[in-house]
Amino acid sequence: MHWVKQIYNWLELRLQLEAPVKDAALHPVPRNTASWWYVFGSAAFTLLLLQIVTGILLAIVYVASARDAWNSLNMLNHELPLGWFLRAMHGWGSNFMVAVVLIHMAQVFLFGAYKFPRELTWILGVFLLLMTLGMAFTGQVLRFDQDAYWGLGIGVSIAGRVPFIGGPLVHLVMGGPIIAGATLTRFFAIHVFVIPGAMLVFVALHVWMVLKLGINEWPMPGRPVRRSTYIADYHKLAHEDGFPFIPAAFWKDLIFSAAVLAAVAVCAAVFGPYGPTGQPDPTIIQTSPKPDFFFLWMFAILSYLPPSLETPFILTVPILGIAVLLALPFYAGEGEKSWHRRPVAVLVLVTVAVAWGVFTHLATFTPWSPVMNAWSGDPTPPKFVHNASPLERQGAIVFQAKQCRNCHMLGGLGGQRGPALDDVATRLTEDQLIRQVLQGGGNMPAYGKNLSPPQVTALVRFLDTLRPPHQPQATDASRAAAQLTPPTTGAAKP
Amino acid sequence: MTQIPDQTPTQPIAPGEHQNNDDPRIVSRRWMLLKLGVLLNASVAVAVAIPVVRYLLAPARRRGAYNAWVSLGSVDQFPAGETRLATYKNPFNQSWDGDTAQTACWVRRIDTTTFQVFAINCAHLGCPVRWFPQSALFMCPCHGGVYYSDGSRASGPPERGLFEYSYKVVENQLQISAGETPTLATPASNSLPVLNNKRGCGSCTG
Repeated sequence: MHWVKQIYNWLELRLQLEAPVKDAALHPVPRNTASWWYVFGSAAFTLLLLQIVTGILLAIVYVASARDAWNSLNMLNHELPLGWFLRAMHGWGSNFMVAVVLIHMAQVFLFGAYKFPRELTWILGVFLLLMTLGMAFTGQVLRFDQDAYWGLGIGVSIAGRVPFIGGPLVHLVMGGPIIAGATLTRFFAIHVFVIPGAMLVFVALHVWMVLKLGINEWPMPGRPVRRSTYIADYHKLAHEDGFPFIPAAFWKDLIFSAAVLAAVAVCAAVFGPYGPTGQPDPTIIQTSPKPDFFFLWMFAILSYLPPSLETPFILTVPILGIAVLLALPFYAGEGEKSWHRRPVAVLVLVTVAVAWGVFTHLATFTPWSPVMNAWSGDPTPPKFVHNASPLERQGAIVFQAKQCRNCHMLGGLGGQRGPALDDVATRLTEDQLIRQVLQGGGNMPAYGKNLSPPQVTALVRFLDTLRPPHQPQATDASRAAAQLTPPTTGAAKP
Repeated sequence: MTQIPDQTPTQPIAPGEHQNNDDPRIVSRRWMLLKLGVLLNASVAVAVAIPVVRYLLAPARRRGAYNAWVSLGSVDQFPAGETRLATYKNPFNQSWDGDTAQTACWVRRIDTTTFQVFAINCAHLGCPVRWFPQSALFMCPCHGGVYYSDGSRASGPPERGLFEYSYKVVENQLQISAGETPTLATPASNSLPVLNNKRGCGSCTG
């Protein structure tokens, strides 16, 4: 193998990479950082490489034109051999990348890795998270289908809420007056050139700082970070109780990255590519657009905000959130790293994770949305009209025909926008039902104009039968009192 | 294979150069030339950046600049007392827009001469609202916005009624002033929002 050595020497003489690579590979790291907890950063990097490779392979075929994008995606899915698999790898790679980046962030937060001297590493990491989410959103746009089209509509509607410059901003996002060809080409440029370019620069700096400042040591309670002593302490730890990064710590990174790549491939092969769903034709309005998994929590929050809070919330909370993340290393740059001594940090992380999980879960079945076809698709269960009088049955028909089912569940089927009505008669009296139907309120439209008096009577009679057996009917206490004691003239109080 | 000597050859120093490097006048002149180079690059960068910014801002136009009168077809296809879906091709379009150049809207014909034309986009976050004639409501599939038949807000997260296009009837054709995706910053036409069950566009009959 003499010639291999010769070629190596020829290259090395010109590149002179041996010394810096050796430095990076063999730099001492504290012994306890060779942990399975420290593998997420390298896995995120591996996934970034996967996304670049699969992205380039898709770009060979994909047509970034509003007229043809959807067709080219279907061609990839159905005609080009294994085109579906490449699309699936890119889509699942995106999901895994967002997940791994979030886990990586949670881990370095929990391990206090953002403290001195790694503040800038954290800040670049925050921007890398934002860019990862930006890639996920713009990628969803390039999958130019119904969801992408109406998802963009949500994006421009949010831009339209910005005060003063909202109008021009909407035009700039869309590249014109409507979501069309110019919108797709600019999102293509952002997804393929702008964000990936910035990401590579940020990743390079991020990794550079990890090499130069050393991997964050395993946090120990009672070993707080002090600016005056930390660097010397870390140096001592790495050199006296450490070993070279390669192979001692790196083998775990390698194995985890391989496992993640294999998991992406398995998901891609088993679950297949994402969409495209229906064609992006704005005149097809029978659609229930939904964002991709990692934006579901936002979808939920946007539904639950009261109208008056919405614009201030959308425009300030994301900026405040990012500001808090960026300010964190300056606010808490010193002190304890161990989660045993940082109860507030642990509590914040758990709260954010639980809130995120709850909102994401809610958005998977969207209880705030009317079920558009419940009125025609989910008949009134027979048990509710069993033994019912003709008038009550007529009421059940009104209940279906006037789309009440779209928002109100009956027998477990129907919308969840309003309360389920299986036991409404135990909660509302006949008078209260009439008032609610006619005037609406509490987030229910008023039906006074759309129902004739006989329809109201029938509907309320039907609703008044809706209660489980053995549960008492709601009663008007004042009426009962009025019936017991006939009205007397004058003041009867003692 | 070219052989390059392992040792970096020492640069031959021209006589007198060593002395020149130390001369403060020459050093400051070099720094002055460097600053000149930086200044030159900065001014060229600004000169290049101005057209780039103009290019990037090109799509932004003032309110209503994209609007034009578009025909929705004969008024006879809209029976009085009913609300029907209509579609039109956006007046500003490119050949590569494909289907996305098409836009849908809801046309409510109140009587022979009075119409209301609503944007398809929910005033909340732009999803397509659907009309339910039985309950006379527009419902939005995304976040549950609901509107009455006259476009006013009934319930849910929207903070206003549906966006409404100005319209006119010319030679039995129903025309609307449209051209841009309606948002809170770019409402469909320069009309007042529909509020409190009052029709917002009573004066725009052509």
